[in-house]
Amino acid sequence: MSRSSLGFQRAALALLLVAACVLPFVISNYRVFQFTLVLVYAIALLGLNMLTGYNGQISLGHGAFYAIGAYAAAILMDRFGVPYWATLPVAGALCLVAGFLFGLPALRFEGLYLSLATFALGVALPQILKYKGIEHWTGGAQGIVINKPDPPPWLPVSQDQWLYFVTLAVTLLMFWLGWNLLRGRIGRAMVAIRDQPIAAQAMGVNTSMVKAMTFGVSAMYTGVAGALGAIAIQFVAPDSFTIFLSIGLVVGIVVGGLASISGALWGALFIQFIPNVADQISKAAPWAIYGLFLIVFMYVMPTGVAGFIRIAVARWRRGRSQAHPSKETPQ
Amino acid sequence: MRSNPTRRTTLVAAASLALPFSSAWAQKKYGPGASDTEIKLGQTMPYSGPASAYGTIGKLHQAYFRMINENGGINGRKVTLISLDDGYSPPKAVEQVRKLVEQDEVLALFQTLGTPSNSAIHKYVNAKKVPHLFLATGATKWADPKHFPWTIGFNLSYQSEGQIYAKYLMKNHPKAKVAILYQNDDYGKDLLKGVEDGLGSTGAKMVVAKASYEVTDPTVDSQILTLQGSGADTFINITTPKFAAQAIRKAWDSGWKPLHLVNNVGASVGSVLTPVGLDKCVGLLTVQYYKDPNDPQWKDDPAMLEWRGFMGKYYREGDPKDASNLYAYITAQTMVHVLKACGNDLTRANVMHQATNIKNLKLPLLLPGMAMNTSPDDYFLIEQAQLARFTGVLWQGQGELISTTG
Repeated sequence: MSRSSLGFQRAALALLLVAACVLPFVISNYRVFQFTLVLVYAIALLGLNMLTGYNGQISLGHGAFYAIGAYAAAILMDRFGVPYWATLPVAGALCLVAGFLFGLPALRFEGLYLSLATFALGVALPQILKYKGIEHWTGGAQGIVINKPDPPPWLPVSQDQWLYFVTLAVTLLMFWLGWNLLRGRIGRAMVAIRDQPIAAQAMGVNTSMVKAMTFGVSAMYTGVAGALGAIAIQFVAPDSFTIFLSIGLVVGIVVGGLASISGALWGALFIQFIPNVADQISKAAPWAIYGLFLIVFMYVMPTGVAGFIRIAVARWRRGRSQAHPSKETPQ
Repeated sequence: MRSNPTRRTTLVAAASLALPFSSAWAQKKYGPGASDTEIKLGQTMPYSGPASAYGTIGKLHQAYFRMINENGGINGRKVTLISLDDGYSPPKAVEQVRKLVEQDEVLALFQTLGTPSNSAIHKYVNAKKVPHLFLATGATKWADPKHFPWTIGFNLSYQSEGQIYAKYLMKNHPKAKVAILYQNDDYGKDLLKGVEDGLGSTGAKMVVAKASYEVTDPTVDSQILTLQGSGADTFINITTPKFAAQAIRKAWDSGWKPLHLVNNVGASVGSVLTPVGLDKCVGLLTVQYYKDPNDPQWKDDPAMLEWRGFMGKYYREGDPKDASNLYAYITAQTMVHVLKACGNDLTRANVMHQATNIKNLKLPLLLPGMAMNTSPDDYFLIEQAQLARFTGVLWQGQGELISTTG
């Protein structure tokens, strides 16, 4: 990657960050709440993308980790009076362990078999949450209502704006961590396992360990997202985490762009806003409209939104470098 | 007349209006979502997702208000119902209701559907003091004016249903030996509590056996055998459709022939009785509180004809056999009643005041003799119902109305 392209990326990133900080002051609280959810989904999608996009393992059950994170936050706040910010690391750690443990045996499966095993997890969890034995914690089918965090008294922002900035800070941290992870040795090992598992093993990569760790980290991201989502929604119930949540997350990473960090953001915008658009177009068949959007997106942008932008930028540069021959190299 | 008011007409108008409605008519007062020309209502509906069959309720509401608007609206104001899809997902319901309240600024929410979705928004709407009216769910917790004064349900509550079964048995079968099967969750326990409250201490000894099951259980066969083994001759079946079908079938196959009361949730002819075999369901009892569109006794009933006329003119794509469409019609009529009663004081406080002061409202599609009543400390809108017996073809009402009060 050339220096100018890095500079270009940094400028775009800085611009995006400024926009993200100004945004909550120019839109209504309801819209702020929606964008908070976009950030929440972006974290979850980044986690799933590590697993599916980078490591090549398909999970159809990440909604389960989202639910575990959400319930961890809700139970800690509701039953134990833990402050909301302290629930995030706990939810993340819990999902890291849960994901790793689920990953160990499940990763003996390859491809479609793994996706079925994870699918089973996603289908089962809402019912497990209603189980009588843990009802005094989970609230059974009723779920748990939690209080929305107040901003510190010295800060003149609304609850929604405060929660947005908390979520933004967590998102930035998670993306920064993810960026470092994926660009480094572990990230290369993950991609190597996806593309050439035998060659990776021959090179000394501990494939099963890396795969299980990836599963764990991926679950951790999704769990943190779940906890933030629960705090934003102020309510958790088994019906909030049906299998459609898991499917929605997979749709999000594919639409956003597999194996792309920025793709998580595009995918999050898609899963947050497209169902609302579909509902506005047709009450009779909102899912048909949603499906149509999905097909059009996949047809126009087969590599996801992030891939589409990457190609568009590359083309634009090629056009420029042909007009002014310079030492710019295609990456 | 309004362009040139004389002192006399003004006085007469003021005096005549002051009597029944006090100051409400004297001056116009508007809360969010109301103006001289429009009244804005909002709702969430499961147009997509696992409960999308209920989406027809929201579509009928839209058609109903179109009819109201074509006929001049309510006190000259058009009603706009903003109906949004929540896919039966609580987080989506929170998002959509926030849109309705904060962005669209509706005057009130009307018939938001489903217990999970309404649980998710319960606290929010009460904190925002938005009327949360006539929820399309049977949970008893919507009638809690002390803690949630802005929320009021519509359906006959599960507890009321249970009380009605109890009252029926106490009156008609005082020597019955009762066995109860219930689903072990809020809904099942809610209904069971109604039965137990209805039986009271005198009737408590009538219950000889109780068994529960989890939604995750594959069958309820063993529970049925246990209940049968208790020697009970009456069976109160508090189950959701899949388990209702299993329980009815098992009770038939095992040769147990109890007096069988199946709760309304599990009494659908299409999804429960038909799979069991209609001939095996003859004699089952359940409750109903509005007229069944498939029941031939209402074929020429004026209210039913009016409803069919409406279906043909405004909601052709709706299924006239689907009882949800009749239910939705009644709920829309109730909403219109409340808005009319508000007169020119269309504030959220007055909407809530009118919704909780409904007196003896007799809508023609309810069963004959039924009336809806609310008061600021009693949010149970519907407290009467009639037992219905399955004839092998349809549910036919029998006996008189049973009320949970008095």
